[in-house]
Amino acid sequence: MNNFIKSIDWFSILLYACLVFIGWINIYSTTYSSDHQGLMNLDTFHGKQLMFIIVSFLTIIITLAIETKFYERFSSVIYLATILSLAGLFLFGKNINGATSWYAIGGMTLQPSEFAKAATALALANFVSDIQTDLNNFKDLLKAFAIICLPALLIIPQPDPGSALVYLAFFFVLYREGLSANYLLVGVFGAIVFISTLLIGTLWVSLITIVILILWYFITKRRKRKISVFRLVTITIVTIAVSYSVSFIYDHVFEQRHRDRFSLWLRLEHNPAELDHIRKTIGYNTYQSESAIGSGGFSGKGFLEGTRTKGNFVPEQHTDYIFSTVGEEWGFMGSGLVVLLFAALVLRVIFLAERQKSSFSRIYGYSVASILFFHFAINIGMVIGLLPTIGIPLPFFSYGGSGLLGFTMLLFIFLKLDANRINEW
Amino acid sequence: MRKLLLAFIIILTTFVYLGRLTYLQLIDNSSQNPLDDTAIKAVYDYPERGHIYDRNGKLLVDNQPSYDVMVIPREVKPLDTLEFCTLLNITTEDFDKKFRKANNYSPRLPSVFVQQLSKKEYAVLQEKMRKYEGFYIQKRSLRHYITHVGANVLGYISEVNERDLKNNTYYQSGELIGRQGVEKQYEETLRGRKGVKFIQKDRFNRVIGSYKGGIYDTLPVPGKDIQLTLDIDLQAYGEKLMQNKRGGIVAIEPSTGQILTLVTAPSYDPALLVGRERSKNYTQLYYDSIAKPLYDRGLIAMYPPGSPFKAVNALIGLQEGVIDENSTVVCNGGYHYGRGAFMRCHCSYGSINDMNRGIYRSCNTYFASTYRKIIEKYPSAEEGLNAWNEHVKSFGLGDFLGYDLPIGKAGRVPSATTYNSIYGENRWFATNTISNSIGQGEILTTPIQLANLTAIIANRGSYYTPHIIKKIENDTIAHDFIIEKHTSIDPENFEPVVQGMHDVYEKGTARFLKIPGIEIAGKTGTAENFTRIEGKRVQLTDHSIFVAFAPVDNPKIAIAVFVENGYWGSRWAGRISGLMIDKYINGTVSRTDLEAYVLQGSLIDEYEKPLGGESFYINDGKTYNEWPKPKEEEIPQSKAINTPTTDE
Repeated sequence: MNNFIKSIDWFSILLYACLVFIGWINIYSTTYSSDHQGLMNLDTFHGKQLMFIIVSFLTIIITLAIETKFYERFSSVIYLATILSLAGLFLFGKNINGATSWYAIGGMTLQPSEFAKAATALALANFVSDIQTDLNNFKDLLKAFAIICLPALLIIPQPDPGSALVYLAFFFVLYREGLSANYLLVGVFGAIVFISTLLIGTLWVSLITIVILILWYFITKRRKRKISVFRLVTITIVTIAVSYSVSFIYDHVFEQRHRDRFSLWLRLEHNPAELDHIRKTIGYNTYQSESAIGSGGFSGKGFLEGTRTKGNFVPEQHTDYIFSTVGEEWGFMGSGLVVLLFAALVLRVIFLAERQKSSFSRIYGYSVASILFFHFAINIGMVIGLLPTIGIPLPFFSYGGSGLLGFTMLLFIFLKLDANRINEW
Repeated sequence: MRKLLLAFIIILTTFVYLGRLTYLQLIDNSSQNPLDDTAIKAVYDYPERGHIYDRNGKLLVDNQPSYDVMVIPREVKPLDTLEFCTLLNITTEDFDKKFRKANNYSPRLPSVFVQQLSKKEYAVLQEKMRKYEGFYIQKRSLRHYITHVGANVLGYISEVNERDLKNNTYYQSGELIGRQGVEKQYEETLRGRKGVKFIQKDRFNRVIGSYKGGIYDTLPVPGKDIQLTLDIDLQAYGEKLMQNKRGGIVAIEPSTGQILTLVTAPSYDPALLVGRERSKNYTQLYYDSIAKPLYDRGLIAMYPPGSPFKAVNALIGLQEGVIDENSTVVCNGGYHYGRGAFMRCHCSYGSINDMNRGIYRSCNTYFASTYRKIIEKYPSAEEGLNAWNEHVKSFGLGDFLGYDLPIGKAGRVPSATTYNSIYGENRWFATNTISNSIGQGEILTTPIQLANLTAIIANRGSYYTPHIIKKIENDTIAHDFIIEKHTSIDPENFEPVVQGMHDVYEKGTARFLKIPGIEIAGKTGTAENFTRIEGKRVQLTDHSIFVAFAPVDNPKIAIAVFVENGYWGSRWAGRISGLMIDKYINGTVSRTDLEAYVLQGSLIDEYEKPLGGESFYINDGKTYNEWPKPKEEEIPQSKAINTPTTDE
C-alpha cells in the first residue's frame, strides 16, 4: 500500500483536483441567486454537482482498488456492455432536449456515451497491444476502425454528433502505434480543401491546385525522387472533384443552420452589418460568450460579480459554456490558468503513457490524452469563437454527473495502470 | 516524430487559445461598453422642452408635469395595501389587477402602475413613497396648450417608433419626438439634449455609486424657447371664419416674409393629442378621410391658381415689352385662337380693354392675347415657353419655397418639356398652351405659394422666403430668411398691375367688399375641381379663391384664401380676405355684415353632395343666393374654355 501511494502520479491528481474544484466554483457562480441556498441543496445545479464530486471520489477509490489486470482482461466485456447500453437507448432511452442519450434510473439520469469513451479506449488498447496485431495489415486496421466507429455510429443518431466527433481522437492513438502517415496527410488535405473551397470557391481552389502541382513538378524535376506526371494529374483531378463535391454538399445537403455556422465561423459574410446581425442571432451563444469573456478584462469582475453570468446572458452556461464564466469573473488570469492546467494535464498523461512498459497501458494512456485534448480543444475553441458551435462538454468543468464520472474513471484507470507499471514486465 | 505529434499540437493549440484570450480580454474592449452591461444602469435626465410663443410674445405652448407611479413587480416587498390604495385613490381589486398585469408583462422591467397623478396626489404620495419598495414615481413632461388653434402649425409630439430609433441613435424607446409642424421642424432646438448618468450596481441590484467616478456622465442641455411669426389672434379669427368650410388661409407680412396666419380647415384642438386620450383622438383624426383634419391644405393642397395668375402674365408681358399699360385688346365676348377653338369671356361684344380694365374686369381675352404675344415673341414656341417659365419660376412657383415647416408641395409650372411629352417636339404652339394665360391647365400652385406671389406684388418685385420662426432663444434664425430675393420683373412694371388690382376693389369684382379706411388691392379667382366617384371623373362646385394685400402703398399683409367648393372668388374667399385684413390692420371688424354672412354660412351640404350617392347640381348657389352674383364675376373656366381637349 505504501508502495502504491508512492508510485501513483500525484501531479496528475493535483491537476485533476484543481480542475474539478475550479469547475465547481464556476457552476456555483452561474446558478447562484440572491436567495441563499445550501451548498448541498439538490434542487440547484451546484448542489447536485457537489454530490457528483463526492460520488466521483468514491469511484476513484474503487477504480484504484480494482486489480490492474482486470482492466485488460475484461476490456472486451466492458466494451460489449457499453455497446449494448448504447443500443439499448433506442428502446429505453429518455429524451432530454431533443436527444435520446439518457437512461432514467430512479430520479437520476445516466448518459452511457460518457462511459463509452473509456470502454472504447480499453478495447482498442487491448486489441492493438496484442502481439499479433499489425496496424499496417489492412485487415487488422479495419478491425481497429470497427472498434472505434461502432460506438460513434450508435451515438450519431441519438442525435449527438458532437460526442461522436470525439472518436476521431483515436486516430492520434493509431498514428502513434504505427498507422501510415498517409491517412493523416489525406485527412489534413481534405480539411484544407474543404475550408478553402468555402472561403475562395471551387474555381480558385482548382486553379491554385494546378499552379502548385505544376510548380512542384518543375522543382522536383531535376531530383532523383521526382514525382510522376500520372500522380500529379491524379492528385489534381481528386482535388477538384473533392472541391466540387464540398461545394455541392454545402449548398444542397447541409441545412441552413449548418451553413450559418460555417458562414459565421469562416466569416463568409462580408457585409459588416449583415455579419453583425448573424453574430447576434445565429451566433447568439458565441457572441454572448465572447462578450462575457471579453468583459472580464485582465483580472475579471470577481467571484459572483459576473454581470453577464448573473443576468443569464449566455445560454447553457453551466454546461457547454462554463468557460465563459471563468473568463468573465476571473479574467485573463483565470481563463489563461485553466487553459494551462488542461494543457499540463494532457501533456502529463502523454508523458506518463510514453514511460509505460506495457503497450496496453501506453495505448490506453495515449487514448486518455487524445480524448481529453479533443474535448478541451473543441469546447474552449467554440466558447472563444475560434471553432464552430459543437456541443460537447468541458471535461471536469461542465455540469453533469455522467460526464464527470466518465472522465474521472477514464483518467483514474490510467493512473492505476501507471501506478502498477513497476510490477509489469 | 510519431511520439511528438500530439504533444506538438497540444502546445500549438494552447498558444493559439492564449492568444485569442489575450485579444478578447486585453486588446478588444468592444464588450466593455457600459451601456451593454447589466450591472451599469444609465439614468437619463430629460431637460424641459422649449416653450412656443406667438409674434406678440403670447405663450402658446408650455409643459405640464405629469407623475406616473411605476412598479417593478420583482422588487415589491409585502406592504400595507390598504393604505397604499387609499393614497392612490384606487380599490384593492384594482391594485391586484394592475399588479398582475405588470407582472405578466415582466417581473423585472418597470411598468406604469397608475398614470398621470395630479400635483396634489403627487405631493401626498411623495412623502410616503419610501415605504413601498418596488414602486417609484416617474416624472414626465407633457405638452400643455394655452391656445386651442393653430394645430397645423404647432404640430404635436409622440413616442418614437421603430423607424425613428433606426434613423437616429439619439432616441431610445419611450422617448418623445416632434411629429408635425414646428415641433418637428425645430425638434432639436426645442428638445435640447438629455443628460446621462451611469450608475454601478452590485449583484443584489443595489446601487453602489456612479460608474467610474462619472467620467462618462453628461449634463442635460435645456431646450430653447422659440417665438413664431404667427399672430395667434388673427389665426384664431381665421379658424373661426373657416368653420363649416374647408380650405385655407395664408397671410404673410410682405416686408419680412413672416407668416402671420396659416389656417387649414377643418382643424382640431392641439390639446387633443396630449395625455391619456391621445391615442384614441389621433386614430379618430387620422381615419377621417373625408374632412382630413390632419391634412394641411395651406401647404400641400395644389390647385390651378385661376385668375390671380393673370397678374403674373401681365407682369411678364410688360417685362418682355410685348405690351405696355396702354395697349388695348378688343374683346368680343371671348377669344378665338384656332379653328373652332374659342375661350369665352364675360365682356360684352366689342369691349375695348386696356391693362387696367383687363385686370379689374378679369378679361380672359386680354390675357390670352398677352400670353400669346409673349410666347410668339420668340422664334419657336419652345423657346417662348421656356422664357415664360423662367419668369414664372422667379415668383417662387413650381418650387418648395424653402419655408420652415416640414411638409410642402412643389406645385407645377409647365415647361417646353411638359408639352413635348404631350404633343411631341415642335408639334405644339402658343395656342395649345393658352390655358396658362388664365392660370388654368397645367399650372398648379399651393396656397402658400399664392400668398407669397401676392406678397411679391405688394413689394413690387421682391420677397423674403416665407417663414414661421421669428426668434430662437440665444440663437439666430436661418440666414436664408433675412435675404431679399428678386423676381425677373423690374419694379416699375408692377405699378400698373397693382393699380389694376386696386381697381378690383374700386370698380371690379370685389367692389362690394371694400373695407372703410383701408386701401386694398386684390384679385378674385375660381378653380375647377374634380373628384372620382366609382371610377368616374365628376366635376364639383368650383373652389373660391382670393388674393389681396393692404394697404396698397405700404403693404402690411398679403393674403391668399381659398374655400373648397365655394363657387366664385368673392363669395367666400373675398369676404374672408377683407375681414382678415381689417382684423389685422385695425384690430376690429367694421364690416359686420360680411362677418355675419361668413360665420353663419356653411358648405356642409355642398361637401355632402358627392357622398349622397345621387346626382347633384354644382355651382348652383341655391342655399346662399341672397347675395347677388356680381355681373363681372368671371365665368367659371369649365364654361370659358371651349377647346376640344377640355372635355376629355
